[in-house]
Amino acid sequence: MSATAAAAAAQAWPDALYDVLLRQHVRQVAYVPDAGHSRLIARCEADPNMVATVLTTEEEGVALLAGAWLGGDRGVLLMQSSGVGNCVNMFTLLENCRLPFVTLVTMRGEWGEFNPWQAAMGQASGDILTRMGVQVHRVEDPSDAAPTLEAAIRQSYDGMLASAVLLSQRLIGRKAFTEEG
Amino acid sequence: MADALLDRREAVARLLRGRGDLLVVTGLGSATYDCAAVEDHPRNFYLWGAMGGTVALALGLALARPDEPVAAITGDGDMLMGIGSLATVGAAKPANLSIVVLDNEVYGETGAQPTATARGVDLAGVARSCGLTALDDIHDMNGVGTLAERIARCEGPLYATIKIDRREHPKVLPARDGAYLRARFREAVLGTAP
Repeated sequence: MSATAAAAAAQAWPDALYDVLLRQHVRQVAYVPDAGHSRLIARCEADPNMVATVLTTEEEGVALLAGAWLGGDRGVLLMQSSGVGNCVNMFTLLENCRLPFVTLVTMRGEWGEFNPWQAAMGQASGDILTRMGVQVHRVEDPSDAAPTLEAAIRQSYDGMLASAVLLSQRLIGRKAFTEEG
Repeated sequence: MADALLDRREAVARLLRGRGDLLVVTGLGSATYDCAAVEDHPRNFYLWGAMGGTVALALGLALARPDEPVAAITGDGDMLMGIGSLATVGAAKPANLSIVVLDNEVYGETGAQPTATARGVDLAGVARSCGLTALDDIHDMNGVGTLAERIARCEGPLYATIKIDRREHPKVLPARDGAYLRARFREAVLGTAP
């Protein structure tokens, strides 16, 4: 693949995710940044019809989206796998209030991860979400990202459930820490 | 008298008198009981848990309903746990959001252990540094009345600490079924449940 084609492919799946947010009338996007989410965050920040909110910690996003729904807005929380652990007590809002909730999680700590400090939460994220009553959908192939997010939004906001879509590190691309990668 | 302390129930009753279309999110513990004691209003959303989340939840609501005033009413313990959310509010700048902290400088639910505000931490100063319009700490009922007027004007984000005494009041316990509270609130605000 040429460098240009690779760059186009790297933009294709986040652009498809953004299109899903528009199609599904998601108005609020709350995030703690991750490199894997950078294009989607930029698209949401540039959209005057969306409200993109940068958080200091991911648990704020769970509460923020609860408030958004109480006021009639659909929302999605963007974070990386290390943020899942920060959310645990705040996830109790979802079951107690039977709130719809969608989070899009970029995975670290797998697929050739350089930084061992990412490994524990990378391994535990899916189990933690499941234990807290969040349905987990894992995406390995870029072409599955948008359809999986769309299905998760439908079942969460039509079906009053909590859903997480985990985007694997293989899909996002390994983070390079050195010139050699 | 600069260091007078208000009665929490009287202060909250004054704050919510003539509340109009105000939407209220209450922090767990005494702030929830105080607001329920004034009136079990369908435009109140009571938290019974999710400590530290009151301000962030109120922020999401304020961003969803930009034309209606929203107040987060909570205690110093909850505000300290969610202190980062003051930065999030300062960055988002919702004009219709006000944060009111009922500060008795203790964790009242768990045996009155002192909070950080008892040891000099200035929440209004933190809020001001985060870009909120922070009022001087309120020690009298006139100040509470002025705060109520400013909340209604939606010129925020606004922050105010009301200094209250530590007297315990009879608990006034609203419904604690979150699904019911969610449906009731949405019906009141949007005319639709769930």
